[in-house]
Amino acid sequence: MFASSRSLDNRKQYINFYEDKDIDVDVSIVIKEGNKSVESIRKREKVSSIFLTIILYIVVTFLALLMVFPFYWMIITSLKNNSEIISANQTFFPTIVMWSNYVYVFNHFHFVNYMVNTIVVAVFSTLGTLITTIFGAFAFARLNFKGREGLFMVFLMTMMIPGEMMVISNYITVAAFGWIGEGATRMDAYLAMIVPFWVSVYYIYLLRQTFKQIPNELYLAAKVDGKSDWSFLWKVMVPLAAPTLISITILKFMGTWNSYVWPNLVANEDEFRLISNGLRGSSFVDADSGRVEYGYQTAATVLVTVPLFLLFVFFRKYIMRGVGRAGIKG
Amino acid sequence: MSMNVNLESRQNLSEASFDGKKDSFVSQYDDKENVIVHFVSRKKLKEKFKVGGVLDNEQSNNWKAWLYLAPVLILMAIFLIYPLINTIVISFLSNYNYVTGDFDGFTFDNFGAILGLSEINGARDNRLIDYGFANTFILTFVTVPLAIIIALLIAVLLNSIKWFQKVYQIVFFLPYVTNTIAIGMVFSVLFEDQGIINYIFGTDITWIYGADRWTAMVPLCIYIIWSSLPFKILILLSGLQGIDKQYYQAAKIDSTPQWRVLLRITVPALSPQILYLMVTSFIGAFKEYSSIVALFNGPGTSTGSYNMYTIVYYIYDNLTLNTSLAAAAAVLLFLIILVFTFIQLGLSKKRVHY
Repeated sequence: MFASSRSLDNRKQYINFYEDKDIDVDVSIVIKEGNKSVESIRKREKVSSIFLTIILYIVVTFLALLMVFPFYWMIITSLKNNSEIISANQTFFPTIVMWSNYVYVFNHFHFVNYMVNTIVVAVFSTLGTLITTIFGAFAFARLNFKGREGLFMVFLMTMMIPGEMMVISNYITVAAFGWIGEGATRMDAYLAMIVPFWVSVYYIYLLRQTFKQIPNELYLAAKVDGKSDWSFLWKVMVPLAAPTLISITILKFMGTWNSYVWPNLVANEDEFRLISNGLRGSSFVDADSGRVEYGYQTAATVLVTVPLFLLFVFFRKYIMRGVGRAGIKG
Repeated sequence: MSMNVNLESRQNLSEASFDGKKDSFVSQYDDKENVIVHFVSRKKLKEKFKVGGVLDNEQSNNWKAWLYLAPVLILMAIFLIYPLINTIVISFLSNYNYVTGDFDGFTFDNFGAILGLSEINGARDNRLIDYGFANTFILTFVTVPLAIIIALLIAVLLNSIKWFQKVYQIVFFLPYVTNTIAIGMVFSVLFEDQGIINYIFGTDITWIYGADRWTAMVPLCIYIIWSSLPFKILILLSGLQGIDKQYYQAAKIDSTPQWRVLLRITVPALSPQILYLMVTSFIGAFKEYSSIVALFNGPGTSTGSYNMYTIVYYIYDNLTLNTSLAAAAAVLLFLIILVFTFIQLGLSKKRVHY
């Protein structure tokens, strides 16, 4: 019906929707330049967007593969024969699967001992941190006292101080307590690794934000009912803040699993070591050839990495939420 | 706890009706509220009493709050405030022995010694000047900007895909859930002489053991960037998802090119997140230590070498033997971090849009 764009201007046509006889008219406007029609433009856009999407997915997939490649290589190497690992022709899959690497590591590397140490330290430092964090966050979020905001600002500012400033004096303090050095028992080593990390300003900040979202009315209602601050904290606030507390627990646990510097300083006997120190401190050098046995070494790294992955699989939501919260302002 | 409704309106009334009269209590009928209001005081009500129409006059909270804070404050005093001051003091002590606590007086020599200006134990220690400072700054200024740019690009890519976005998000988060030491050791296998990197690129470069200082920086920087990406991607992606779609629609109508959209809309809108990442990653990068231990198993690429030294490595190396030197280096590091943080916060005032 509309033959060209010019005809639109000259004569006005109305489609009568009440008469259904000439309604099946194909409406298409042809723009003179380049003979493009609406359909052809749309088609081209669709093709190019499909093309773009495919490229996008290829790029993202490639980058994702780059990110996970070290993990893949770790697992592959841990199952390889040592001569295959250092051969000139690298293989992307082991020709002979060497489960024996793991057996060797279990027998020669005090994995279970390090793991028990790590779990004990992680559990007790997490418990202590949770208690101080809950109390601190409650005081900052709910209770009134003079200088609350000022004190909180000071707390936040301490996050800027590099830990190295504290490590030196803490080492001296812990030595003065008799937790390290000659005659220090396993218990002392544990205390030295646990107690200095019972306070985390970042977690107090995180929990305070969660506590602040709990409406004031709940607190007032509890007050009217004659509940004390103490029972309000444990019966109302802590259950409501459970997701944040789970995040804190898991992040703290991961932190202990990852900690290297401080345990390396204070755990001066091999049997007191945590997993990271145990891993780095163990020698995988073959006595005969003087070469590092990469098969054994990577099998050990797999054993250290797997528990963290399991934690991630089960608590992904809490981990990502706890970590991601940091970047959201307010 | 006593209830006290609508304090604000009374206050306004009281100001209006007193009008210079002194010491007289006036009662007045407020036709809006339909109540008789008795004025008992000319004093202005303090701001802090106006909590949602409820007067919280239970000031006994005061000591209870300090009780709740006690564990935090005691632990912080022992393991944060005292060490902070003590470290600064130790950095000025000469011949300090941490076991006995003996020292020979106050001196500035410790700072001179770590800067290679004065002798310590009869010799000059140039390890920090030769390697420590340069390595720390190189690592910081290479890894932080690169990591933020790469993370930004990946976050934008992830944000623009529809299917499997969650799956990709998890894959890109994986390096966060690792043990620094363990994966660092895996990286040293990747970069072995006969390793996969040399194999893929057909090169024959010594990256790790016995490597040249600058060559060894490559795997180290790659490892640091790789392990710092997940956190940055997560933060930037959550920031991206909070940007109002209107800006992009407006840009689309004007057929703005993609790179311009990225630079003119996405980056400014993400500026708070980018600032946060800058500040935290600069602080983190100045303290690089574990990754070096993981990759090289020591302060250098060969035995007895210190070419991978950083300031923090120096601190941990000298902690027990030369406590004062370690303390001086820590104080110096603190000052450097402080200066950089303030520079960034100062610059951000102009550039960050909240």
